[in-house]
Amino acid sequence: MLLREGEIRIPSGCAISGIMNKKGQVFSGEDIIKSIALMHDRSNGLGGGFAAYGIYPEYAEHYAFHMFYDDVTAKEDVEHFFHLNFVVDGSDRVPTRKVKGIGSGPEVWRYFVKPKEEKLSELELSEDDFVARLVFEINDTIPGAFVVSSGKNMGAFKAVGYPEDVGEYYKLEEYKAYIWTAHGRFPTNTPGWWGGAHPFTLLDWSIVHNGEISSYGANKRYLEMFGYKLALQTDTEAITYCFDLLLRQHKVPLEVAVTALAAPFWSDIARMPEDQREAVTAIRNLYGPLLLNGPFSIILGSRKGMMALNDRVKLRSLVAATKGDFLYVSSEESGIREICPDPDTVWAPKGGEPVIGLLEGEETL
Amino acid sequence: MKRVYAKEEYCVGCRVCEVHCIVAHSDYKNDIVKAFKKQNPRPLPRILVEENRPISFALQCRHCEDAPCTKACITGAMQKDPETGVVTNEESRCVGCWTCILACPYGAISRNEQGKKVASKCDLCSDLGYTPACVKNCPNNALVFEER
Amino acid sequence: MSLDLLTPEFLIERDRNRCIDCQVCVRQCANEAHSFDAEEEKVVSKDEKCVACQRCVVMCPTHALSIRRFPLEFRENALWTGRTIKDIYKQAATGGILSTGMGNDKPYPIYWDHMLLNASQVTNPSIDPLREPMELKTFIGRKPEKLEFKEGKLITKLPPRMELDVPILFSAMSFGSISLNAHKSLARASQQEGTFWNTGEGGLHKDLYQYGGNTIVQVASGRFGVDPEYLNAGAAIEIKIGQGAKPGIGGHLPGEKVNWEVSETRMIPEGTDAISPAPHHDIYSIEDLHQLIFSLKEATNYKKPVGVKIAAVHNVAAIASGIARAGADFITIDGFRGGTGSAPLRTRDSVGIPIELALAAVDTRLRDEGIRGLVSIISASSIRNSSDVVKAIALGADAVYIGTAALISLGCHMCQKCNTGKCNWGIATQDPNLTKRLNPEIGAERAANLIRAWKHEIKEMLGGMGINALESLRGNRLMLRGVWLSDRDLNILGIKAAGE
Ligand code: SF4
Ligand code: SF4
Ligand code: SF4
Ligand code: SF4
Repeated sequence: MLLREGEIRIPSGCAISGIMNKKGQVFSGEDIIKSIALMHDRSNGLGGGFAAYGIYPEYAEHYAFHMFYDDVTAKEDVEHFFHLNFVVDGSDRVPTRKVKGIGSGPEVWRYFVKPKEEKLSELELSEDDFVARLVFEINDTIPGAFVVSSGKNMGAFKAVGYPEDVGEYYKLEEYKAYIWTAHGRFPTNTPGWWGGAHPFTLLDWSIVHNGEISSYGANKRYLEMFGYKLALQTDTEAITYCFDLLLRQHKVPLEVAVTALAAPFWSDIARMPEDQREAVTAIRNLYGPLLLNGPFSIILGSRKGMMALNDRVKLRSLVAATKGDFLYVSSEESGIREICPDPDTVWAPKGGEPVIGLLEGEETL
Repeated sequence: MKRVYAKEEYCVGCRVCEVHCIVAHSDYKNDIVKAFKKQNPRPLPRILVEENRPISFALQCRHCEDAPCTKACITGAMQKDPETGVVTNEESRCVGCWTCILACPYGAISRNEQGKKVASKCDLCSDLGYTPACVKNCPNNALVFEER
Repeated sequence: MSLDLLTPEFLIERDRNRCIDCQVCVRQCANEAHSFDAEEEKVVSKDEKCVACQRCVVMCPTHALSIRRFPLEFRENALWTGRTIKDIYKQAATGGILSTGMGNDKPYPIYWDHMLLNASQVTNPSIDPLREPMELKTFIGRKPEKLEFKEGKLITKLPPRMELDVPILFSAMSFGSISLNAHKSLARASQQEGTFWNTGEGGLHKDLYQYGGNTIVQVASGRFGVDPEYLNAGAAIEIKIGQGAKPGIGGHLPGEKVNWEVSETRMIPEGTDAISPAPHHDIYSIEDLHQLIFSLKEATNYKKPVGVKIAAVHNVAAIASGIARAGADFITIDGFRGGTGSAPLRTRDSVGIPIELALAAVDTRLRDEGIRGLVSIISASSIRNSSDVVKAIALGADAVYIGTAALISLGCHMCQKCNTGKCNWGIATQDPNLTKRLNPEIGAERAANLIRAWKHEIKEMLGGMGINALESLRGNRLMLRGVWLSDRDLNILGIKAAGE
């Protein structure tokens, strides 16, 4: 029997794409589907997915849980668990349509919840920490249940299949978001488990990623010291937690997180002005275990914006473009030109040099 | 000129230098065993290890600027090459009077009485055309060949 | 006692066709195994004196010599081997403790040889270290839990640390146990290669203060050579609690080895025995260690990292955790194969545990407690080559110490007679006739060459794994697979079996 993600480490290659409107104006999922569909060859039908920000304005202050259930028991267990810990203000089955390229998969449900006050004060945790902890607990302890996403006013939609089919399956043309990211997967082997597809998410963070990280073992063991459980054993999961640790838990500035994950070389550091050299040396010294070593390009999404990043020697392709208030990033330039034939600027970011798109008024992701 | 200098702090008193000096002045320059076993009489070493344990160092002709041995030589066998500065004894002209030995302030010349009496001394392996054999073979870099 | 029951261990064979009776061997063997028979006009030898250090073999200008194991065979017996029997003869003759030099030589499993490294194929590219940067920079010292920034500026101050260009340091070997020329060689090599050497517990010779920036000064139970100047001279301080070759026991440098230079450096009278007590008599518990760590930090104005070295014993993981919590900036773990200038044979061969298991257990434990990021771990003992280094780092070490390998680079031939003071290679001796055999210029170059060679090899292996910075290998046990290991071993090492 093939082992699924979480039981074994499965490397994979991929295509990624992202679009955001810096003013926060929402637009439908059609463009992102077109963009990722063009890069069809970069996936092999074993996984596709999307993250969308701004899709649930009516529940903007609720944590939106997207859930996969393999069976009824899983659903009952999770719902029981939700009612213990959350005030659940809405729930329904995520609308889907029948699509040829998408086989049978889990039941997909969503819930709009707020943590119960008494639970928070009992555990002395912030809302985010509390929710994050429950996400780990569900994935870890309730068989057949998987948290697809858990952020506010956002959601992840993923399945086994080509990404364009996944978009159609979830009727993404009917959602409106100000950030869309997408992913087409080319794993080297997988039993085809829906949870293993990208994006990977935690709270507001979502990651789509192309690459294979040789430092995974080092990253994982460092993250575990801070309580992260790497249930899926995927790079994407590790990258998401790296950002969560640095940005949410340690509250370091975004540039610092980027420096840690795609660190400059010591030879370059030696040439920096003293202040910067000291800071970057400290970052590498302390957060060295978080360095993502090996080829990758990622798009990190959050409620406040998105960021695309390459490994420090740029071993994976990544192109960015702007047009008016729109920022585009994609594995291939064609993925951008398909939906924005005449961009204002187009460039290939250097290795380790982030492309950061922040919503107006935001200072960090 | 380049001369051989001894670093007494690293001389281990093994006398490998002497062995190779003998070989270098034998007919079998590439075969130690033959040089020792076949050549009769066996050449004398022109480098001599002085020892007073733990101190030891290898001594050979200094090829003095103003070489007293050349001045003392009664036949003109002992000469300093005006170009290279190397002091050599032309053994065919040497009569074995030992005047040079008396004149040498370093005691670097010895008597060779194996056949025709001649004064025997270091020639910096001039005919080998490379680093002197003792320097080349010293196991601890206790001999150096340099300009000072 | 009239009859000595011991038979020679080695046989000296001299090829008479090659020997030229030059007596080089006679002059080189400090064990007086060769002599010149003036009457016969030839060189002869006494097998029973030979310890197989190979000095004469290497020095003989005609390669006339070879040393073999003495052919005398006891009747075959798996339990009562020749070695076991001879040990009894020795003790029956002397009534004394058997003592020896160098590390445990028994055929215990060598876990390094049961772990294999990974390499990239297709899904991620390997990296060519000749074309791409490959970073081995390593920091040893304490780290804060996290960095804090204010208006984009770093406000956290990092504690003092050592910065290494390669993750390899020379381990503690005292002046007294090894020669000043050996110290000079290691100190210079460290400076040349951007790493550190360790004084051991015998103080720092005045000529070597100039290498302070690359020196770790050790403070051991005997406190030899310790004064404020010494503590401040080095780049870091290491408190030695134990040594892998002889956990639980102290040290003894016999008076003959305490010449005036050793005496001046150790700050003890010439000719007196230097005895390091088994424990530090001011450390009977972990709180005491905490106090000593902070006393040393206080004495050096909190400018030097202070580490603690322990032998790998059964409870090593818990002890290491205690040391981390006691404020140590780095922890050195010395496995049961660690070398020594002198140790009781039975202790050396039967006390302690393999470094591979100890290192894995400590790293795992500190991670389980969430404190691995705060301290550095230096793994010591039985590192023979660069792939051992890579494996140690993948198991979780920040860097490794090499001792035996370093001495071998200086010429040591592993005769295990360091305790006799007659090291024919001028390393483990204070006899001026012998110490001059190690020319520190040659020594420094050879030791530096070794480090450089390993550095290149480490880069090759890292590149093969698709990694271009050493920190991505550290504790990355996915890069290791076990062969011929039990489930329990795999479990403790935290690695999978090959094929998984
Ligand atoms: S070969 Fe070198 S070390 Fe040996 S005696 Fe001659 S000078 Fe000394
Ligand atoms: S060194 Fe070699 S050639 Fe010389 S006496 Fe000894 S065995 Fe014979
Ligand atoms: S002890 Fe060493 S030098 Fe002496 S005979 Fe044996 S191998 Fe040769
Ligand atoms: S250091 Fe010297 S005595 Fe010790 S094992 Fe090496 S060669 Fe033998």
